[in-house]
Amino acid sequence: MSEHESEHLTGDLSPEENKLQSEPKAGPKDRSRRIFLFKLSLLVNGAVGVVLAVPIVRYLLGPAIEKKNAFHSWITLGNVSDFPEGETRLANYRNPSTTSWDGVTGNVPCWVRRKSGNQFQVFAINCAHLGCPVRWFAESKLFLCPCHGGAYYEDGERAAGPPERGLFEYKYRVAGSKLLINAGEMPTLATPASAQNANFVPLDKIGCSSCQS
Amino acid sequence: MGLYHWFEFRLGLGKPTIDAASHPVPASSVSWWYVFGSAATVLFVLQIMTGILLALVYTPSASEAWNSLQFLNHNVALGWFLRALHGWGSDFMIAIVLIHMVQVFMFGAYKFPRELTWIIGVFLLLLTLGMAFTGQVLRFDQDAYWGLAIGASIMSRVPIIGAPLVHFMLGAPIIGSATLSRFFTLHVFVIPGLLLAGVALHILMVLRLGINEWPMPGRIVRKSTYEAEYHKLVEEDGMPFVPDAVWKDAIFAAAIILAVMACAFFFGPFGPTGQPDPTIIQTAPKPDAPFLWLFSVLSLLPASLETPFILIVPAVAILIMLLLPLFAGEGEKHWARRPIAVLMVSVIAVSLGIFTRLGITTPWSPIMNAWSGDVMPPKYLHERTPLEREGALVFQDKQCRNCHEIGGLGGQRGPGLDSIATRLTEDQMVRQVLQGGGNMPAYGNALNPAQTTALVAFLKTLRGNDLRPAQDASRTLTNNPPPDATVPGQPHPSGQPHLLNEPHPPGKP
Repeated sequence: MSEHESEHLTGDLSPEENKLQSEPKAGPKDRSRRIFLFKLSLLVNGAVGVVLAVPIVRYLLGPAIEKKNAFHSWITLGNVSDFPEGETRLANYRNPSTTSWDGVTGNVPCWVRRKSGNQFQVFAINCAHLGCPVRWFAESKLFLCPCHGGAYYEDGERAAGPPERGLFEYKYRVAGSKLLINAGEMPTLATPASAQNANFVPLDKIGCSSCQS
Repeated sequence: MGLYHWFEFRLGLGKPTIDAASHPVPASSVSWWYVFGSAATVLFVLQIMTGILLALVYTPSASEAWNSLQFLNHNVALGWFLRALHGWGSDFMIAIVLIHMVQVFMFGAYKFPRELTWIIGVFLLLLTLGMAFTGQVLRFDQDAYWGLAIGASIMSRVPIIGAPLVHFMLGAPIIGSATLSRFFTLHVFVIPGLLLAGVALHILMVLRLGINEWPMPGRIVRKSTYEAEYHKLVEEDGMPFVPDAVWKDAIFAAAIILAVMACAFFFGPFGPTGQPDPTIIQTAPKPDAPFLWLFSVLSLLPASLETPFILIVPAVAILIMLLLPLFAGEGEKHWARRPIAVLMVSVIAVSLGIFTRLGITTPWSPIMNAWSGDVMPPKYLHERTPLEREGALVFQDKQCRNCHEIGGLGGQRGPGLDSIATRLTEDQMVRQVLQGGGNMPAYGNALNPAQTTALVAFLKTLRGNDLRPAQDASRTLTNNPPPDATVPGQPHPSGQPHLLNEPHPPGKP
């Protein structure tokens, strides 16, 4: 059966193809030429691979090599009068860089403490330990973390538990009746809540690229 | 039959398959202890199948993923069951992979010549855990969102490249669509591809090197003689894998699949919990079962040790697992002659169990609603002065109970307070409340003096089962009045003979 099959298979070839297959084998000179060409083909493919890898690696690492402070901008958190003096309130803002398919994940909460007058402290929601959302307890004047029990005083200082530092704080400005914060990135031990070089641009000049403050 | 030959002539897969299936295995390895590897493979196939079916409906977009999961649960016929199969299949796969690993370790199967099989197995374990974590993220709910926050926070602890790592992991400055898309890519393309390749190599090597024989005490593995011994064993005492051995694998695999189906049917799918909306902060994020032990460890470590621990210990542990067969490639295989191996497995298993249990009960987390919800035992309020009762109100109102149990209700972050007055004197209680310490925040700013006085007056009544109150020994030296008697009719607290030497006449304390 198999013999018949193999006969059938080779029988499909035309006389020209059979002739091509039975060309005399190459001599040693031809062989060294082919080995050289084989090595050359490896080299060419390696070079093409490297050229191809450059844009791929750049694409892959894109999020990691974007400029640090490019994420942050000044965002209006609300009216100063929304935050009663001496109290700490939860506020939400839409992150400055979002896509439409980010959905609700683009909304970021933060804690706003109005000490007095225009004196504020704006804390990130993320616990300095591992990023869980801290909650404010007005009666005991503590921020408590539900994950591992980190606790912070009302001024954001570490009170107890595993965090090694106080809460992350946003830079803020009061412009007219509005409270603004500099935000745009999830704060961690390595990434800042606000841009390190955040300079305040007055409210009436936001969006004006020629007027740098 | 003709059809078979037509394909076999072209494919040529039949004969090698039959040869592989009927290869002889040592009679001693035809055992119920040798079924876990095949069961893990069968579970992996189940995960691939259910995963593909879920991908028919699931939408990997931050704005829609949660909705598509709800749609799967409630609108797609048997969508809930497929989700449950995939979720329970994942837990079963991790459990079986771990059992497989322990069995291989205890039977010395990682020794010569199967070192590379073990090393690839370690990578397969890590990839399986990677599937579990990325899979938890795809269940894009509150736990997934905050799980990513925890992951990013861990990444941020890497020195120097912390910030780029966070951005690389999240794909964006915040957790959002880019993050979900990356974890979808990992979970659906990258890790499964690596797993398929790894499993293929792993099984190929088992076929090539032969299954480990049942170890005997005193039968030493030596690189020079092992292969000859193994071949002799198989020739003298071998039997074909199919059908003599494989039926046990098949029955066990069927039982496992049935167990997954039963769990899926009776317990249903995992979540999704609340929407992945970070502005809803009323949540207590918790990882899935395979990572609960890690969750516990991260809460129990001292702050100063945490970053070194997170960065160094996993790397060292993985390195030890990888290098194990290279350093212990020869010698005894039998567990009875390897007491340290047995001890290690026991200690690791018990530790993981304890940490997982702690992770379930989370005794370190304050109970966030204890102040309003829990009852004060009436006996702590009965026959108390107005000041003491006021103190009980302060206690409840200032949320002391979030961390302190009283009458069996409340948090366990701090010590229970039912007998606090037997451990701390009044002065010590005032100091502890106002200044904190020992992992307790200071309440000096949250309490006014009247509240502190009332609170401590209440705490002084908490003496357990009418035990003796804590006393300041220095008071007797400075001629201050001694503390109150604990037993009515007795002039002094019992068991304090030194107090009898003082000048006060008996009966007039």
